[in-house]
Amino acid sequence: MTIQNNSTDDSEYSEYEPTIGLEVHCELKTATKLWCGCKNSFGEQPNTLICPVCLGLPGSLPVLNKKAVEYAIRIGLALNCTVQPSIFHRKNYFYPDMPKDFQISQYDIPINTDGYVLLTDGSKVGIVRAHIEEDTGKSTHFSSSGRIHESTATLIDYNRAGIPLVEIVSAPDITSSEMAKSYVNELRNIIVATGATDGKMEEGSLRVDANVSVKKKDQIELGTRCEIKNLNSLRSLGKAIDYEIDRQIQLLNSQKKVIQQTRHFNEDLNQTVTLRTKEEAEDYRYFPEPDLVSLNPTGEWINEIKLNMPKLLIDRRQSVIELIKDSKEMSQLIGTVNTLVDQQLDTLFIETVGFGSDPTLTLKRLTNEAANSIDAAKKLNSKELAYLINLETSGKVSSTQSKAILSNLLENTSETVDSIISRLNIQSFGDKEIEQLLDNLILEKQDEFKRFVDGDDKVIQFFIGQVMKLTKGQANGKSVTQILLKKRNG
Amino acid sequence: MSQKNNLISKEQVLHVAKLAKLSLSDTEVELFSEQLSHILGYANELRDLDLSNYPPTSHPIELENIFREDVVIESISNKKVIDNAPQSSNGQFLVPPILND
Ligand SMILES: [Zn+2]
Repeated sequence: MTIQNNSTDDSEYSEYEPTIGLEVHCELKTATKLWCGCKNSFGEQPNTLICPVCLGLPGSLPVLNKKAVEYAIRIGLALNCTVQPSIFHRKNYFYPDMPKDFQISQYDIPINTDGYVLLTDGSKVGIVRAHIEEDTGKSTHFSSSGRIHESTATLIDYNRAGIPLVEIVSAPDITSSEMAKSYVNELRNIIVATGATDGKMEEGSLRVDANVSVKKKDQIELGTRCEIKNLNSLRSLGKAIDYEIDRQIQLLNSQKKVIQQTRHFNEDLNQTVTLRTKEEAEDYRYFPEPDLVSLNPTGEWINEIKLNMPKLLIDRRQSVIELIKDSKEMSQLIGTVNTLVDQQLDTLFIETVGFGSDPTLTLKRLTNEAANSIDAAKKLNSKELAYLINLETSGKVSSTQSKAILSNLLENTSETVDSIISRLNIQSFGDKEIEQLLDNLILEKQDEFKRFVDGDDKVIQFFIGQVMKLTKGQANGKSVTQILLKKRNG
Repeated sequence: MSQKNNLISKEQVLHVAKLAKLSLSDTEVELFSEQLSHILGYANELRDLDLSNYPPTSHPIELENIFREDVVIESISNKKVIDNAPQSSNGQFLVPPILND
């Protein structure tokens, strides 16, 4: 890790500590928008997925999308929240991205409250709430310089207006940019696993606002916070937070005040800049949305959602861990297990091991060799994969051969392992064949063999190399070692 | 009604007007301060009622869980929509710059 802005190693900075809370907006994968039947789709021609409801035309009325509620409940359950009866509010503001001049959101009574996320290092981040709201339209600022502050006009596309969102508000439990990134990454994996959202930061279906403040370590009261809007990659999130912590500490150190404001992260300059100062503009005059009635999911419905939702991320990881828990390398494999599950290869893994393959080797082959072609890996036939791993475990093919067969299998997942073996003319060098090769080699390289017999184990590598040369890499190194040791021990 | 008795001061009227992007004349500020105070005064009378046996309601209609199935309904055409816009460019709404300070 490189330390930026010197904020952690400079002694005068070490008396401060940052407090960070994140608001994560995720778009739900419904077929339609939150209040109308317009299609929920990314990347379509501007203003082609709109109707009187999402344009806020007079007389139009919103009707709540049942699937969006189901998805919001899935997210709440996955984040260990309490799902409660809730209502909708109007958040009033003048900004052309919302044609109604208000956004329908949830205010004091959100659908999900009081949850938490466990990070992979075991630390815990509280979830204050996860509520339903509608997305806004997309504005593009026109300017000759390309800077938002110098724009001469704004273009609005309302295709995104009214797409269902869940906004997940964390407790201010985050203490560094690294922890913030780790939280967003884990949160994204958890909610993607529920099937409610695709979590694509690069397409804007997951966006993060960061609230950052700093205070002296012995101070109880939190410092004045600034909100950095619309961070759309983990990299920007980390950089923006580091910059902001540093900026605030410098202000406080020079006896200046941090002004509560909304800031924007400029990727090119690598710094945050003022977007607006919080004053009257933040007075949203929330009031209950009169066009919608209250949302009170029955216990029966919540249970049904719980039963039918995809397995939780934490349970999926546990299922994999159960299968490798006897492995000697268990402690080093935890990260690999997370990768396997994040890449959605855990079902294949479990099926393959079900056909009798060695769990540790299967895990390694799936997360190393298959990692570069995930889409193909998902199509692998578990029975064929198990057959291949078993050939390797029993020494019938070497690890080099096994990897070559797997890479061919990934290129065409409908071919069988046997067909690849005969097509590539892969020869199985059994112990007998290897022993024969070794006997000839020993006659040729008597000096080396004597050194080995005298106890120099480094010579084993020399013989492996020789055998590999003769077999064009198709022999199994482990077999060579075993046979040599057998010869020495008589 | 004298200014002193008004529940909504002239400053509050001006604040709300600013949030709603309205410019009001002095006479209007006076008038709305009075009218809004009357409305709030009426709402205050409700405070005298004993409502301890009634749970708070968020909506006058006693309904809950009104849903729509997640089924696509055809949207309206881009042309129809953009024809209503005072200004447009390539199928998008063209509006004055948002941040210009
Ligand atoms: Zn619509």
